[in-house]
Amino acid sequence: MKFSIVVFPGSNCERDCEHVARELLGCEAEYVWHADTDLKGADVVIIPGGFAYGDYLRAGALARFSPVMESVGRFAKAGGAVLGICNGFQVLLEAGLLPGAMRVNRDLRYVCRDVHMRVESRETPFTRLYEEGSVVRMPIGHMEGNYTAPASTLDELEREGRVIFRYSDERGAIADSANPNGAERAIAGICNRERNVVGLMPHPDRCAEPLLGNDAGLKMFQSAIGALSGFRP
Amino acid sequence: MKVEVRVYPREGILDPQGKAIAAALVRLGHAGVEGVRAGKVFFLEVAGEDRPSVEAQARRMAEELLANTVIEGYDVRVL
Repeated sequence: MKFSIVVFPGSNCERDCEHVARELLGCEAEYVWHADTDLKGADVVIIPGGFAYGDYLRAGALARFSPVMESVGRFAKAGGAVLGICNGFQVLLEAGLLPGAMRVNRDLRYVCRDVHMRVESRETPFTRLYEEGSVVRMPIGHMEGNYTAPASTLDELEREGRVIFRYSDERGAIADSANPNGAERAIAGICNRERNVVGLMPHPDRCAEPLLGNDAGLKMFQSAIGALSGFRP
Repeated sequence: MKVEVRVYPREGILDPQGKAIAAALVRLGHAGVEGVRAGKVFFLEVAGEDRPSVEAQARRMAEELLANTVIEGYDVRVL
């Protein structure tokens, strides 16, 4: 089982992801530099958090032109599991692998704190070990997490059960006060139609072991192992 | 040729920056400000003599990179 972790100039969470995959789960983990095209036999591709290309122009806008993104696109189209975390989610949006776009946060501030999310669907390679409707706490740290899309796209995401995580309070209730960035319909994470590409703003990689006071994120990585052992596109 | 590409939040898309700027202008005493949308301008130097083809090229640049057309509109002016 191998996690390949894409590294752009400006990525800064690749080691967190590697630590989870290698040290906590005993899987193989390799970095893939953005200028390379070989995904090194990945079972799972992770686009980690950070500030790829300094977030110049728009978060994720320049990263999508990196040579590695063509390989990631092919991998995704072949059914490979791809997880974009925070800036990685923004890159997947700009690359068109997930629908929608990010605006600057509602309150125009970088928000760095724990949030609660309700798990809306376990039908992805990254959420199958969670219980639907359960509430998880994970940290966020972003300036552009205010998700939006045309109303028809939002409706389609809802209809097809592709909203994977929604910001909520600790009891799972959706409210403006529990929405850290103003995202439409409190959307924190979504998947593509084929359900193999998932993006979310919160950081499961930063809450994957008890030492950190929270291991709610570990199941995202564990889910992928169970879902994908023996599967390689 | 000099080309100017303006990129701005689409009409109807919530623009938190524009809202904050509008509120600040009102606080400064510009009571008549009823709305602001904040965008960006790109000043390009593009090789070529044929205005229509340079303009068409700049439009492609806007579509492909300068604007995120999910949330942003743009216009192009060849100077």
